[in-house]
Order: sequence, then structure tokens, then C-alpha cells
Amino acid sequence: MKQAGIVIEMEHGRVKETSLGMITLAGRTTESLTALVMDGITDEVTDQLAAHGVHTIVDLVLPEAPEIRQNPAVRAAAVVQAVRDRGLDHVLGLSSPEGKDLLPRVAALLDAPLVMDCVDVDLEKGLAETSQYSGKVMAKIQLTGETQVFGVRPNAVPPEPKPVKADVVAMTGDKAVPETITLVSWDDGDAEGRQSLVEADIIIAGGRGLKNRDNFSLIFECAQKLNAVPGASRVAVDEGWVPYALQVGQTGEKVSPQVYIACGISGSIQHFAGMKTAKMIIAVNRDENAAIMANCDYQVQGDLFDILPELIRQL
Amino acid sequence: MRIYVCVKHVPDSAANIHIVDHLKIDESVPFLLNPYDEHAVTEAVALKQQMPDSEIIAVCLGKKGAESTLRSALAMGADRGLLVETDAVCDSMATARALHAAILKDGSPDIIFTGKESIDSEGMQTQFRIGALFGFPVATNAASLDLTAGKAVVTCELAGGRTRTFELTLPCVIGAGRGLNTPIYPTFPDVVKSRKKPITTLALSELNVSAAPGSAKIVAMTPLVQKRTPRKITGAPSEQAAEIIRILKQEAKVLS
Repeated sequence: MKQAGIVIEMEHGRVKETSLGMITLAGRTTESLTALVMDGITDEVTDQLAAHGVHTIVDLVLPEAPEIRQNPAVRAAAVVQAVRDRGLDHVLGLSSPEGKDLLPRVAALLDAPLVMDCVDVDLEKGLAETSQYSGKVMAKIQLTGETQVFGVRPNAVPPEPKPVKADVVAMTGDKAVPETITLVSWDDGDAEGRQSLVEADIIIAGGRGLKNRDNFSLIFECAQKLNAVPGASRVAVDEGWVPYALQVGQTGEKVSPQVYIACGISGSIQHFAGMKTAKMIIAVNRDENAAIMANCDYQVQGDLFDILPELIRQL
Repeated sequence: MRIYVCVKHVPDSAANIHIVDHLKIDESVPFLLNPYDEHAVTEAVALKQQMPDSEIIAVCLGKKGAESTLRSALAMGADRGLLVETDAVCDSMATARALHAAILKDGSPDIIFTGKESIDSEGMQTQFRIGALFGFPVATNAASLDLTAGKAVVTCELAGGRTRTFELTLPCVIGAGRGLNTPIYPTFPDVVKSRKKPITTLALSELNVSAAPGSAKIVAMTPLVQKRTPRKITGAPSEQAAEIIRILKQEAKVLS
């Protein structure tokens, strides 16, 4: 039987919902699920994983020092070691910010094929579906090779309960620490405890219509009230109103939230490339002829400087 | 310094993409230098300004037409181009093998730049595979780069304003991100001058690249259109806001 190893991401000591969703997705086409955990296992973590269909939990037991355990090269080598030790046929991880610096390392070390940002996978057949050409095309990709690696788009599938009994195995022993790449410092910015754009349920994004940097506080305030993550169009980033980290689109983050609220964003083809897979799009725009108004679920024609303060007041 | 920049010839992001035979795109659209690779070329040019005896070689795997993308890199400041010509569709494993073989044949790299991803296949992995084949360390989505004392200090962007700073030994591979620099916009004289710069073409078959132990092949392609039918939310701003909140609560169920 084929065995799938799932690289687990955690937040505040719990397994991320997006990782649980990935377990659900993998479980649709394979029976044997092994979770690969790098950030410590607690009873709570074991319970979460077992409740979603994981039979084996491997604790990779990384060195304590943060500059070593957070080094993606160290993490990738540990995943590869687990893949070999456990004889895993598939490796799945999130196409999250961390995953984009981890899974390609794993695939390169294994010399195994990889498809990133999958919205669907069939492990039995070795098939993956992902968007290409700036979100204009959905491609079905056949992988071949002894081991296959899949980066799964966060929120591709919601987690579903599937209680089983899980065994925990510790993978002790020395971990390979490369001498060619060392992590010297890191900055968690002001994002501490805040969700990343790609994992957000609600995103409220602003564009040219915000007119200047100061007005962007309306977006931040709304985001806070909605428990949403703020985003921006390229114009807002290029104008220097907000940092690049907030950019949604072709050359920014590609997101699939439950709800995307676009405020003062005209909806260029490049912006749509980053958010067209949102479940619901609400567009707030003065111009009823803006491209986004024709391709959204709810169009709110009006002045965002009237509507956003009302939203903030009513929330 | 011998600086290699791997560049890709990709359809213009603004082009309408049409699918042929449910399998591939209609390639009769404008093709350009991959936007992230513009940052890679720009960074290489900045390094050369610090170290004027450096040479910048732009390398591209693609069809004959990819020469125009190499010309763009030359106009931006690369010294010469290397086209590995093939009509075959190459996945990341095959591409990395071809680029590795071409660079190895050409010379000994001190630093290899790529873009963090290409905007056509969006694979995000070729830089890591090149690094693994050479045995060089890799950093991706670079937002700043400093070469000091024979090491590369690279700050890479994660999402949400988070960054990580790595120290890499040389030679190394750097995947350029958008935060790295502002791409050079070549002037007309730059473009004219670039026409005299040499491009060497070699066939992929000449490189005798060994087959990869795996592959990723597109077996079907469909247009990704999510046609939405907009419903209007009208009324005074306060009514519109109230309706948005109702929708978030009752339809999207993302607010309690």
C-alpha cells in the first residue's frame, strides 16, 4: 500500500486548520497517512491528527536552537530522512510561505517530481491539479517517479473529521545541519499572531481608490473588526502606501479565502490572477464599469470613504 | 565574479491565453522575459557595478524564439547569452538538468541567479534543483543581497512582512523576489548596444543530459474561468454596510 507523509504546520502549539484540510485531501486517495511533525508533539496535537485520519505521527525531533530548527535546509533534510526511513511514497505539505521554501528543497534532495499550489491531488494515480499562467489555466499534471511531492494550496479543502487511532514514533538521532547555509536572523514583523494572506478566511484589500497611505488605515481598521487579513493591489504597493507583503495578484500572493472584499480595486487581469479562486468576492467601487464589478458575487457601487466607515461603525 | 542568470521566456501576463487540444496553450501571444528574472538580471548588474571585472551570462532553455528574452537580458546589462535550444516541453527536473549542464560546460559559476518562480508554469522549484545538482546552497524570494568576505548574506521574504536572513557560502543560487530591486528599464541605446552582444546557441541534445528519475507532465488543461453573476447591493452607505455584514454572517458564514 502507498504511504503518504504529510508535513504538518503548527500555530500556537496546535495543528493549523489548513494542515488538517490537507490531511482530509490526502485521505481521499490513500489509506495510510503519516504526519511529519517538526515543532513538538503534545497530546492535543496527537488528538487533532488522529481525529482527522492520521495513523502514524512521526516526531522529527529537531535540535532546540531556533537558528537550527528554523533553517529550512535543516528541516528539509529531516523530512527527507523521514521519507527514507519510513519508506514513504508521497510527501505533501502546504504551499504556504514556509512550504514554498521547504517542499522544493525536499523535492530537490529526493530528486523527485513536485507540483506546487495543488488544488486537488489523486495520490493513487499520481495526479495533481494546479493553476498556471497567472491563474488563467487549470492544469492536470501526471507525476512519475518513486517518490512524489505535492504542495497543497491552503484552504483547498476544509478539514473533515475521520477518527482513527494514531501511534507516535520519535525519530531521534543526529540531524544533518548543512554548513553552506545558516540562518542568522529573522524578523516576524508586526505579523505576530496574525494570519498570513494565503491562509486567511476573509481578506479585505484596497487599491488605487484609497488614494493615499493614510487612507489605508480604513482597510486596516476594517480588517481588525472583521478578523480579516488586509491586502492590497499592486498599485497600492507601487505607490508605497503599503508594503509588498500585502500584495495580492500575479506577482504577489495567490489567495483562496472564503470572502475577498475588494475596495477601490479596478480588477486587472493580474489582480484576478491572485484572487479569482476566492469563494466569494465582494467589490466596493465607485465605478460601475470597473472590471471587478462584472466578475464578483456582490457589487457595492458607492464611495468607499462612505461605506467603510459605516462598516467599521456597525461591526 | 562569474555570474549566471537563468531566464525564462514566458507569455506576457496581460495576454489572453487560449488552450489548444485541451493540452497546451496557443503560443501565438507575445512572450517576454519572466518578470522575476528581471529582478535577477538587475541584481547581477548591480553586483557587476561593485566588481567591474565580473561577467554576466544569461542562460535560457527554450525554443529558438527565446532568443528575444536573452536579448532583453543583454539590453538590461548581461554580457552574453547562452540559449539551450529545444522544442521539447521540459518540466522542472529536466530544465534544471539542462541549465546545470549548460552552465557547467560554459564555466565555473560564483553565483547563479534565477527568479523565484516563472509566471507560466509557476513551479517555484528550478532554483532548488539547480542548487542540488551543483551542491550549492539556495535562498529564494530574496529581498536583499550583500556579498561580504566570500559569503552571501541574503534576506528572504516570507508573507506578512516576515523575513529570514541567511548566510550562504559561495558559490550559491539566489531566487530573486520582487523586493530585491527595481528592474532596470533599458534605454534605446542599451537596446542597440545589446544587438552586438554575443548569444551562443547549443542544442539540448548536444549536452547529453541524463534522464531524471521522475517527471511531471501536463495531461490536461482547461481555462480557469469562474464566471460570477454579480448581485447589486444598493441603498445608502449605512444600508450597504449592513447588507455586507448580513452576507458575511448568513451566506459566507465567516462572521458570528
